[in-house]
Amino acid sequence: MLNYLIRRVGYGVLILIGVNLFTFILFFTVNTPDDMARLNIGGKRVTQEQIEKWKTERGYDKPLYWNEREQGSARATNTVFWDRSVSLFALNFGRSDAQNAIDIGHEIRVRMGVSLQLAVPLFILQVIASVAFALLLVFFRHSRIDFWGVVLCVLMLSISSLFYIIVGQLMFSRMLHLVPMSGWAGGLDAVKFLMLPLGLCLLSRLGGEARLYRAMFLEEIGKDYVRTARAKGLSETVVLFRHVLKNALIPIITSAGSYLPYVFLGSLVFESFFGIPGLGAFVIEAITGQDFAIVRSMVFLGAVLYIASNVLIDLAYTWADPRVRLT
Amino acid sequence: MMAPRFVLLWTDTVLWAMVAVLVWYGWRVKINPNLRANWLKVLRDPAALCAGIVLALFALVTLLDSVHFRRALVPAAGAPAGTPTFYATTTESLLDALLARQIEMRETNYSKPLATLGLNKEAFERDGKPVHDYPRLRFGGAHLSDPATQWAGDLRERIGLGAAAGLAVAIAITLFVAAALRTRHGTMRIALRDIAADRTHLPLRAGLLTVTVICVLGGAVAALMNHYHVFGTDRTGNDVLYQALKSVRTAFVIGTLATVATLPFAVVLGVLAGYFKGWVDEAIQYLYTTLTSVPNVLLIAACVLMVQVFLDKHPEMFETGSERADLKIFLLCVILGLTGWATLCRLVRGETLKLRELDFVQAATAFGVSHARIMARHIAPNVMHLVLITTVLSFSDLILYEAVLTYVGVGVDPSMNSFGGMINLARSEMSRDPLVWWSFAAAFGFMVTLVLAANLFADGVRDAFDPRARSFRPRLRRSLPV
Repeated sequence: MLNYLIRRVGYGVLILIGVNLFTFILFFTVNTPDDMARLNIGGKRVTQEQIEKWKTERGYDKPLYWNEREQGSARATNTVFWDRSVSLFALNFGRSDAQNAIDIGHEIRVRMGVSLQLAVPLFILQVIASVAFALLLVFFRHSRIDFWGVVLCVLMLSISSLFYIIVGQLMFSRMLHLVPMSGWAGGLDAVKFLMLPLGLCLLSRLGGEARLYRAMFLEEIGKDYVRTARAKGLSETVVLFRHVLKNALIPIITSAGSYLPYVFLGSLVFESFFGIPGLGAFVIEAITGQDFAIVRSMVFLGAVLYIASNVLIDLAYTWADPRVRLT
Repeated sequence: MMAPRFVLLWTDTVLWAMVAVLVWYGWRVKINPNLRANWLKVLRDPAALCAGIVLALFALVTLLDSVHFRRALVPAAGAPAGTPTFYATTTESLLDALLARQIEMRETNYSKPLATLGLNKEAFERDGKPVHDYPRLRFGGAHLSDPATQWAGDLRERIGLGAAAGLAVAIAITLFVAAALRTRHGTMRIALRDIAADRTHLPLRAGLLTVTVICVLGGAVAALMNHYHVFGTDRTGNDVLYQALKSVRTAFVIGTLATVATLPFAVVLGVLAGYFKGWVDEAIQYLYTTLTSVPNVLLIAACVLMVQVFLDKHPEMFETGSERADLKIFLLCVILGLTGWATLCRLVRGETLKLRELDFVQAATAFGVSHARIMARHIAPNVMHLVLITTVLSFSDLILYEAVLTYVGVGVDPSMNSFGGMINLARSEMSRDPLVWWSFAAAFGFMVTLVLAANLFADGVRDAFDPRARSFRPRLRRSLPV
């Protein structure tokens, strides 16, 4: 087990190095800092002095990989690569490219808390709702309920999440005045701002997830142990909940686990539509403001979370199925 | 009338190349009994058949919108005979030429679907006196002398005529199909009866019903669209129906090009990894794990931002605004391809690992066939069903993804019509008073139809081509065919 964890973390570091190299080459070699400066300052006539000033303010005027003018180890450390790429491994994100140069690390810590308030309940409710709906369809399999349930699923997964948001805001905020349109407040007040995005996000993902789980359950139901359980005289409910559900846990973990990185990163669309100041909204602001430092930091953070959640999923497998051994 | 100059945009080139590949594939299907049996299985699924008809209609719109040209300008009156012809600066497509009337019918502001009056009150002169009232639209219902009394009757008449014409076309198609079935079913009367009772080889009843619905709706819309704005107009008075039709191409381009762009990497690297195993496998696995470890939207956003910098630096790569927008969507597809090949690559690798141990590959190795030839002749054709399934499955996902990406600000150019752009605008329109819902509704209707059709078709293809996927599609128990 320990061996396995060490190996996984080691491979994770390798992958992070790859991600870092890729982003660095993309952001600093394919396009030079001069190009970024020109785009960031904007306007048609950008003088060379303005560009130099912009670069000096953000520390992009250093050599990229190797500083000839320095002595000893500073030759490697006093470079853009060290400042902007290697230091990410110490979770030192630096400052943003925008005029006010905010501390990205601090911002991420504050905003992640907000994102989690939406994402954690969402994650739990989503698994419960999809599994429950799928079990319902499986319980009534080969009947009208099953048929129309699947038709509903296919219809729901053919609708873009943007439509759910716009119609939901129109109905619940503008017409019925049940919840505020968008915005945010700390503490318990957050509940009334969270209800609508939570419900809509659940709805937008339900179709695809429930259909997937239904197929998994039906696959399990065809197996021998289910026939044995029925032959013993167990009721259909017991068969479904005690036997099928337990054995279908592995694919459920795989499917639900793919959402795990996004629990921490937040939902881009939902957060920005509802004005929730989480990480997702942070990314959108960075993209529209063309703040490359934030985008780079978030790419790194996303990769870290992805690797961590994959290790978590593997650990969950051993919990769900004792036959799985991590070696 | 002088010949226009045809313009081949980047995406046009790829789309027509894809049509050529499809024709070639159709020929392969015709001569290969296995493939033909599988495709027949797809067509025997009523949902897939109907979805296929709807998709074909959207594909037709896309292809009409993919023939671009620049009109030749009429030379000045006194010009000498040898002057070269000049061409218009705007690029048009065949669809634009067909919908010239809709482009011309430009109002000044919002108007409701089928309206004759504007949405907002304006100050204008009526009979020489200044008034503040809802203005008459310049084109919508302009042929009516007194809209208040004639409007409903005119609409009823046009819808009735259009729908009747559509129905006539549908009946003609049904008779044609029945005539084609005449030899198999005996007489035409029997063929018609069998179609009505759903006793045909293919689910023709469902297919012909779809055709009928399309014809009737299309006929009614066609009868109305030259005199009214069927889906209203947007803020600058442009016809929303026209925008929705133009958006179909954008959705199609993203849906097809982005998957096609993944294929070279996914298939080549997947086969290599599975065939050679060892360090090649390790390296390729490392490559795709690295790619998947970055959340997709972030990766795409990073690449698109870099492309924007690149385009700003190289203005010489495009002549007109539409060429710039086209290059941008082309590069977006390339980015989606470069970042999205991991899933298919993993599948192909797994399949290749299995295939390379099978007897026919072992025999080829024993005969001394080269690695390259084994991979090209024996392995690649046997992973093609995975490629096909993944391509059709990801089509609908990508169309939905385009809307999100455009909303995030890393999607298609704002000057290009797209469903994402329409939704984006609708967001602000939905908070206006009075509510402007028609742009949103049009985008919703077109997009759901397209994505739903794509999903149903993809399900049919997966059921037919994936030997392992067990079909768990619920079916209502039908009475047994007599």
